[in-house]
Amino acid sequence: MSSIAEAPLGTVGATDEPVAFPAKKKRIRGSSIAILVFLTICALFFCVPLYVVVVTSLKSMDQIRQGDIMSLPWSLDFSAWWQAWDKSCSGTLCQGVKVGFLNSIEILIPSLVLSIGLSIVTGYALALWNVKWANAFLFILFMCAFVPFQIIMVPLILITGFLHVYGTIWGIAIVHAVLAMPILTLIFRNYYKGIPQEIMSAAMMDSGSFWRIFWEIILPMSGNIMIVVLILQITSIWNDFLIGLTYGGIGTQPMTVILANVVITALGEANYNVDMAAALLTAFPPLIIYFVLGRFFVQGITAGAIKG
Amino acid sequence: MPRVQFEKIVKSFGRVTVLKNLNLEIEDGEFVVLLGPSGCGKTTLLNLLAGLLDVSSGRIQIGERDVTDLDPKDRGLAMVFQSYALYPTKTVRGNLKFGMAAARLAREEQERRIAWAAKLLQIEALLDRKPAQLSGGQRQRVAIGRALVKQVGVFLFDEPLSNLDAKLRTETRIEIKRLHDETRSTIVYVTHDQVEAMTMATRIAIMDAGVIQQFDTPDAVYEKPANIFVAGFIGAPAMNIFPATVRMASGGASAVLSGVNATVDLSRYAFTTTPRDGDSIQVGLRPEHFGALNAANGGGAAQFRLPVQYTEKTGADATAYFKTDTGLLAVSIPPERIGALRQGEVATLSFPHDKVHAFDSASGMRL
Repeated sequence: MSSIAEAPLGTVGATDEPVAFPAKKKRIRGSSIAILVFLTICALFFCVPLYVVVVTSLKSMDQIRQGDIMSLPWSLDFSAWWQAWDKSCSGTLCQGVKVGFLNSIEILIPSLVLSIGLSIVTGYALALWNVKWANAFLFILFMCAFVPFQIIMVPLILITGFLHVYGTIWGIAIVHAVLAMPILTLIFRNYYKGIPQEIMSAAMMDSGSFWRIFWEIILPMSGNIMIVVLILQITSIWNDFLIGLTYGGIGTQPMTVILANVVITALGEANYNVDMAAALLTAFPPLIIYFVLGRFFVQGITAGAIKG
Repeated sequence: MPRVQFEKIVKSFGRVTVLKNLNLEIEDGEFVVLLGPSGCGKTTLLNLLAGLLDVSSGRIQIGERDVTDLDPKDRGLAMVFQSYALYPTKTVRGNLKFGMAAARLAREEQERRIAWAAKLLQIEALLDRKPAQLSGGQRQRVAIGRALVKQVGVFLFDEPLSNLDAKLRTETRIEIKRLHDETRSTIVYVTHDQVEAMTMATRIAIMDAGVIQQFDTPDAVYEKPANIFVAGFIGAPAMNIFPATVRMASGGASAVLSGVNATVDLSRYAFTTTPRDGDSIQVGLRPEHFGALNAANGGGAAQFRLPVQYTEKTGADATAYFKTDTGLLAVSIPPERIGALRQGEVATLSFPHDKVHAFDSASGMRL
């Protein structure tokens, strides 16, 4: 989205001052046409399906049955949205995707706290303290990141069962934390490696306490990377389907699982407008997070800058 | 204020041994500068004292305490770092406070010390700013303040002035010297800048290749360098050093220089070990001790007749380089006279008896 937004802006900016740069105007126009066409095609590629989903969710079933998926709705009809939110059926339970929404929120918060908490401290220890076998540990951790989830899915069911958290929110949170740990630890560790050694030395001479240095010096310096990790984790936890399906019990299934059930279970005809509205409702939260935090995201990725 | 003692310190990184059996005793209230070229082990030695590195073997004592196995915070030290290393997210006040809070000092005592250090360093107006809002010189003051408020007996400085511009460096140098005079603390200061060492130190430990070459007052290392390394390292421009052969005659010893057509009279030289005829030695002549040949000095210990190769002038100082058979001979010249020297012009120089340095060729030690 952002790339197409920027392309016309760039052209406007360049042609904005024809008096000051009359010679430049023509050249930029010429070369930017190709770029503009290319970006437009790219944008359409992503926008057309989105358009179809949005307009379908606003149509009545009568209009949908006519089969013209590109047409605009005859009248704006939000009843499908309401039904998706409040009344659509997942299995025998007809309370809409709002059940899943609440479940997802309940899963999201402990999962975030657990996964970020675990990996930020591990990354901090590995980067800034003398940990025996730190490199070997990192290597193994990194290897673990390449193990497909499906391979450890069943063993994890046994482990969570053994810990008596299978089918609960905490079961899902623990699995999320374990699976995210390799990549998040690596992200935090690399970020903390960029902190000047002398700051750590000064902290060692001042305090020497692992937790005090973490809370007072290191954590306040982690703002940028925290945003990056938050966006990554919120998106992946919210969009997760398989973990929620496998480890969630009745009543702890996330929104994605409820959505799938809503789409699958329809008596009689498929209510496409309700399905589309439910899908959009499910997709909204990560989108909102991305729009709110997006500009920090780029800052966080590009800025290794911790200047004293 | 405690004394600091290094005993048989060995430090290796993997297979590389940086410090080999190093001994050093720093007296109470001294300002000791560890001076040496890059990679000589001076910063390693400071980090060992701070506890940021562990010794491979040997003991370190501060006062009566053996601190070899103590954590950095328990050694009773404060350190000022080259890059200042201020905590970027804390205000100046927060930076000063962090160490004291970690040491569980009473709040009133913390405030009292912050006020005291801020006044001493003139950073009162900056206390609520973040490090990013300070200039380099101000950050350096805060870094010094952060060390001062800990009110410990030993302060460590790791090249604290190398990131400052020339004017600030001179000012801060005087400032640190004043702080030492006021607090009478023991200071260990690492630098590669000999001007800092000569102006601030009560004693200088000159290091090379992990070994302390000489540990003495600034005057002594300048006037009586213990070996060729110290002789060449201290002084700018560097001392002229010529290989020479000893000739013993009835009038006393003399040295025939090679590379330049001259003989240095050593009859008045205070040898610690008398060389024998034919011994190979090194003769050191400082650029600033050359003079014009005149009757008053009776010709001095040696005379040179050499052509001028080129001259350079840096404000108050000027140096002329004379061509010898093997290289150049540097001579400090009063700047108002350097303009008169033309390239290729042959000048006559003399060198006084009491300024000659002689070293054994094999061991490099002073004779």
